[in-house]
Amino acid sequence: MKQILEFEKPIVNLKEKIAELKKFTDDSEIDLSEEIITLEKRLAILEDDIYGNLKPWQRVQMARHQERPTTLDYINELFTDFVEFHGDRSFGDDEAIVSGIAFYKDTPITVIGHQRGKNTKENLRRNFGMPHPEGYRKALRHMKQAEKFNRPIITFIDTKGADPGKESEERGQSEAIARNLMEMAGLTVPIICIVIGEGGSGGALALGVGDRIHMLENSTYSVISPEGAAALLWKDSGLAQKAAESMKITAPDLHELGIIDEIIPEPKGGAHRDIKEQAKNIDLVLDKSLNELKNVSEDVLLEQRWEKYKQIGDYKEL
Amino acid sequence: MLKDLFSKKKKYASIPNEQAKLDVPEGLMKKCDSCYKIFYRKEMNKNLNVCPNCGHHHQLRAWERIESLFDEGTFQEWDSGLAPSNPLGFPGYEEKLQKDREKTGLNEGVVTGKGLIDGQATAFAVMDSSFRMGSMGSVMGERIARAIENAKEQSLPFIIFTASGGARMQEGVLSLMQMSKTSVAIKRFSEAGGLMISVMTHPTTGGVSASFASLGDYNFAEPGALIGFAGRRIIEQTTREKLPDDFQTAEFLFKHGQLDQVVHRHDLKQLLVTILKIHEKGGTSS
Ligand SMILES: [Zn+2]
Repeated sequence: MKQILEFEKPIVNLKEKIAELKKFTDDSEIDLSEEIITLEKRLAILEDDIYGNLKPWQRVQMARHQERPTTLDYINELFTDFVEFHGDRSFGDDEAIVSGIAFYKDTPITVIGHQRGKNTKENLRRNFGMPHPEGYRKALRHMKQAEKFNRPIITFIDTKGADPGKESEERGQSEAIARNLMEMAGLTVPIICIVIGEGGSGGALALGVGDRIHMLENSTYSVISPEGAAALLWKDSGLAQKAAESMKITAPDLHELGIIDEIIPEPKGGAHRDIKEQAKNIDLVLDKSLNELKNVSEDVLLEQRWEKYKQIGDYKEL
Repeated sequence: MLKDLFSKKKKYASIPNEQAKLDVPEGLMKKCDSCYKIFYRKEMNKNLNVCPNCGHHHQLRAWERIESLFDEGTFQEWDSGLAPSNPLGFPGYEEKLQKDREKTGLNEGVVTGKGLIDGQATAFAVMDSSFRMGSMGSVMGERIARAIENAKEQSLPFIIFTASGGARMQEGVLSLMQMSKTSVAIKRFSEAGGLMISVMTHPTTGGVSASFASLGDYNFAEPGALIGFAGRRIIEQTTREKLPDDFQTAEFLFKHGQLDQVVHRHDLKQLLVTILKIHEKGGTSS
């Protein structure tokens, strides 16, 4: 059932072989434990080699992995007493974004994130994690409440992008995204944004203006999908792999560009291998960020937020 | 260009005087993109590139726009020394920039500064889609953010004319982040009581439409301008929906409550002057 990525196949094959030898040893008189130990050593090296040197395109595949944990998985692991709230009070409820309040340890927080499905049925319900304008407006409504009740805001970013559809345009997708960017800039509570899967374009950014921006090791953040970039730049969406490299979309790339604060490590083989371990890694960074921000005055918080965004960019002064 | 006329559509064939006009040297004439009628370029320019026959709004270059709005000799440009680098080391990017510099006489797709409109001081940014399709990279984001900060410090209103195909692919995620950078600047300006007016011109799409273009206290657009978040083709491919002919035009947005007014180019200056006058205290409330 598990989705196996192309580059993982040597690992899977070797694991199968080890399992075979173990079974043979159990079922017969012949002891192969020495061979098994050798192969297990080789497996460890192979895993380090493959998972330790993921290419950008391989990270894209990890970020899109069917079983990759979603916002609700992390809410479940990291928070207690989660209460979800719905609706933008104007048009409807958008299930591509989940939003609510909970405790993080002893601190009341507001948590908002893109929500995609892990199978077709869930994905249809969640529109593949691609929000409509009402999703962003719901998120903003809850962010304003967080400000009123002085709760830090934690956002999980995980979307291919905002919904591209006729109705989204009619209801002002551009305005909804733009409004969030602007209003998040002025919220007087700490905002911590964590990219957990794909951070696709403006649709990701609309939950992504904050005081700390972190990315999971195998997540991506980009202005356009590698396929889209390849089609635009070279008229060939088949060059997505090349685009993934040129566009600098991985967590290490964004760290180097000075856009994100921390890279949150993933378990060997990706977040989906061990949700609990992944949640623990997020917990460490989240705890640190909240501690750094909790005693910062409102004025300083907003000034620092501006400073953070002001320095992003690269140009020459003639 | 004149020689193109013969290879394209034949709609203009019945227009009188056409042959006479075709005898005139190249560059003197301009054909309307909508009704294909041919006019003397000077005639079209004098009409602010609006077709005298059908009213189609052709794009205005940044400096033409400035000239059309500002009192003569009052416009001072800001940050013209900021120039794009190649932050991702993207192959071919520098050559493309160089080509557009030569073609347009600009070094980026936006001009910022301040000047007087009918005697009223205002900070200003105007995009020019003939430079890299007006796509937003680091320099554009930086110039706009600085212009907004200047407006805040000098208590000036801020007017922006947008024209952009979206993000600058060659600057990747740095391009995306200019959306947040400019939006944070607008929030600070707005909190200080600053007045911002956005005028969307053809085309205003993608990341520009989903950031500062939509964040004016008042949002206007020129007739027929293409404005939208997602591209028409992407929408058709992903949703297989039938899209109306006027989809993502200024009129479409207006109909759906996304704009304050669709304004004819000839009426724009007066509208801006009136709004500036009503907010006469200047950019900030203190
Ligand atoms: Zn015409």
